[in-house]
Amino acid sequence: MDTHQTSNEHGVAGTPAVSARNISKTYGEVEALRNLTLEFPHGQLTSLLGPSGCGKTTLLKIIAGLLEPTSGEVEVNGRPVTGPGPDRAFVFQDFALLPWANVLRNVGFGLELRGMAASEREAIAEKYIRNVGLAGFENSYPHELSGGMRQRVGLARALAVDSEVLLMDEPFSAVDEQTRRKFQEDLLSLVAQENKTFLFVTHSIEEAVYVSDQIAILLPRPSRVSEIIRPQGLRSKDVADIRRHPEYLDIVDQIWDSLRSYVE
Amino acid sequence: MKILGIRLPGMSSLILWGLLWEAVGQSGFTFFLPPLSEVLATLFAIIGTPAFQKALSETAQAFLAGVFSAVVIGIPVGILMGKNRWVDELLLPWVNIFLSAPLTALVPVLMVLFGFGMKSIIITTTLFAIWIIILNARAGVMQINRSLVEMALSFGASPWDAFVKIYFWAALPEILGGVRIGVIRAVKGVIIGQLLISIVGFGALFELYSANFLMSHFWAVLIVLFALAFTVSELLAGLERRVAYYAAKR
Amino acid sequence: METSAALLCQMNRSLLLKILSAVIVFGAWEIAGHIPVSYGFPTFLESMSALVSMITDGSIFTAYLDTLRPLVIGLVISAFIGIALGLWIGLSSWFDWLFSPIFIVMQAAPLAALIPLLVLVYGIGLTSKVFVVCIMAMPVIVLNTSGGVRNAPSNLKEMGYSFLGTDRDIILKVVIPSASPIIFSGLRLGTSAGFIGAILSELKITPTGIGDIITYSRSIADYESMYAAIFSIIALAVCFLNLLERIERTLFGGNVRGYASD
Repeated sequence: MDTHQTSNEHGVAGTPAVSARNISKTYGEVEALRNLTLEFPHGQLTSLLGPSGCGKTTLLKIIAGLLEPTSGEVEVNGRPVTGPGPDRAFVFQDFALLPWANVLRNVGFGLELRGMAASEREAIAEKYIRNVGLAGFENSYPHELSGGMRQRVGLARALAVDSEVLLMDEPFSAVDEQTRRKFQEDLLSLVAQENKTFLFVTHSIEEAVYVSDQIAILLPRPSRVSEIIRPQGLRSKDVADIRRHPEYLDIVDQIWDSLRSYVE
Repeated sequence: MKILGIRLPGMSSLILWGLLWEAVGQSGFTFFLPPLSEVLATLFAIIGTPAFQKALSETAQAFLAGVFSAVVIGIPVGILMGKNRWVDELLLPWVNIFLSAPLTALVPVLMVLFGFGMKSIIITTTLFAIWIIILNARAGVMQINRSLVEMALSFGASPWDAFVKIYFWAALPEILGGVRIGVIRAVKGVIIGQLLISIVGFGALFELYSANFLMSHFWAVLIVLFALAFTVSELLAGLERRVAYYAAKR
Repeated sequence: METSAALLCQMNRSLLLKILSAVIVFGAWEIAGHIPVSYGFPTFLESMSALVSMITDGSIFTAYLDTLRPLVIGLVISAFIGIALGLWIGLSSWFDWLFSPIFIVMQAAPLAALIPLLVLVYGIGLTSKVFVVCIMAMPVIVLNTSGGVRNAPSNLKEMGYSFLGTDRDIILKVVIPSASPIIFSGLRLGTSAGFIGAILSELKITPTGIGDIITYSRSIADYESMYAAIFSIIALAVCFLNLLERIERTLFGGNVRGYASD
């Protein structure tokens, strides 16, 4: 908690954990990203916000190493990205859980792929299952869980591999509104507790303002960063008070003003 | 599949297999596989002969009659099953049984009951095709969006209107899917029927050629048969794709 | 009226309707046999008593021993070769290009037409019959396997790669498990086609086993035995395939539902 307040008082971020430089991505004729440059400060949560089709998921997958940029480069802690790596973990919009594996195996799957012994990875998985509040569901299968619980499994899987960077692709878009609010509050405490860097893709303005240290607004055709907004006074507030804070309301309005012309 | 950046069309590997066939045939590896070129030459020689034309037309007649009755009986029965729970529960076990049953075992019964002629072959063809048509029509009716039916009823549609204007069209993609699989099964059924009742159509031709060791004749007829079957199934698949597109918008 | 309604409530409704439906069909068979609709159409009860006598004198069991041998051998061969080929086709675009067309054509084509040729090449023995079972059963096994592998959910594959899975990890831990329900249903459909092939070969190539009972009893106009034999083979096939379907549902039931990402 302390580190965040310090960095907020300074008004600028710490060293960038992830930096994307001059990223372009074309699919045949279609230009998904053009010359995009963006830095993600260490230990903070940065949202990529924009209308659908603005390439925010593409950017996230390039950073994850799942897609290769047509040109430009991504660095994580100063090391160039050539593919998926142990320093990044992905949380998927559609959860991407193995339907034939129980919660315990799903959460430990990242560790399993890293070749960790079963007893060791199960101990770690159990710890993170407790952390996300799914204790008692270790032997349940994904189809027995609600959408929100499935995403908790996806989150636990990403936390279990203990990466420095967490890439979250619209993680709450497939869960209902109440669950979503709870997730957002939990995410805030996660950012405060864990010394990790969060990259968060969303299309919800309110969500972005609520959870972010830094909001990058992406505009489509071709995608570029139009604006970076850094809420100043929201982090020190209690989670219940953020939505009533004048700065929260102002930023939401400001973002909507810049986005409204891009909505069909 | 790409070679040197050029995309090879889907079925182009068949050319390669054809060349392999030719090479094996030319090498004289086995008497039973004459070179493809010889088979094709035979094909063009026999395609106009009366014997071949007769076999083809007999097969086509049996096939069309069988498919026609399977469609005409199968679709209404399937729709009825989809709409009426009692009918459904009474008939469904039997449809499922005959869908997976080895229907070849029934051909001897048909031969006893309907003789060694066209009638038995037509019924065999129908029996092969009809069950999947029924099942798909039923599934098509059952998956219809309830709100679509309620919409029609709330705008004052009579049950008959609802049937003609909603049920049939909403279930059409599934119905066509069933007809396509049914037709592929019917092709197999008509040939199995002819083989077992081997005095008509291609069944008789196969007997004649294999009894006289006319290998290239045999292969020529096989090629024609396979090509026809494949063409029919591709045509129907194309038709289904067109409706599936409309289905996505319904 | 009250008792029957109470009974309906007590008993499983669908089971009751199944029994009712069987009674209607077998009753119609019995009545049609009594009319009779044809000289060659015995009643249901006559056929069943013929079946019972075949069971009591054991002749039907020796017949099934003959019938099931080519079927089982052919299915085992088809399963092994078919799944191996299917995996290969699904994983390699080169193999897909090379082999898929063959199996697509085989799936659409009336392969039964090959039987006279198989008899010429392999004679009228076991080999030909095994071959018939194989050519009937294999295409659907190959196509289902390759389709299941090819259509393994890309989001799961992506997840595997993002958590540093190797290609081998992804194939063994994501692709094959996710394809296994489709592979299994391919095996079930292949078994169904294999039954068709096994009986076809017994009726067409040489009468052995059940095919022998059918052919022989037809030739001596013992239609009761003929119907009994046909009834038994259809019942056997249907029961076995139902069993496979049930196994499929218990093994993979949750799996299929689990793909819903709501």
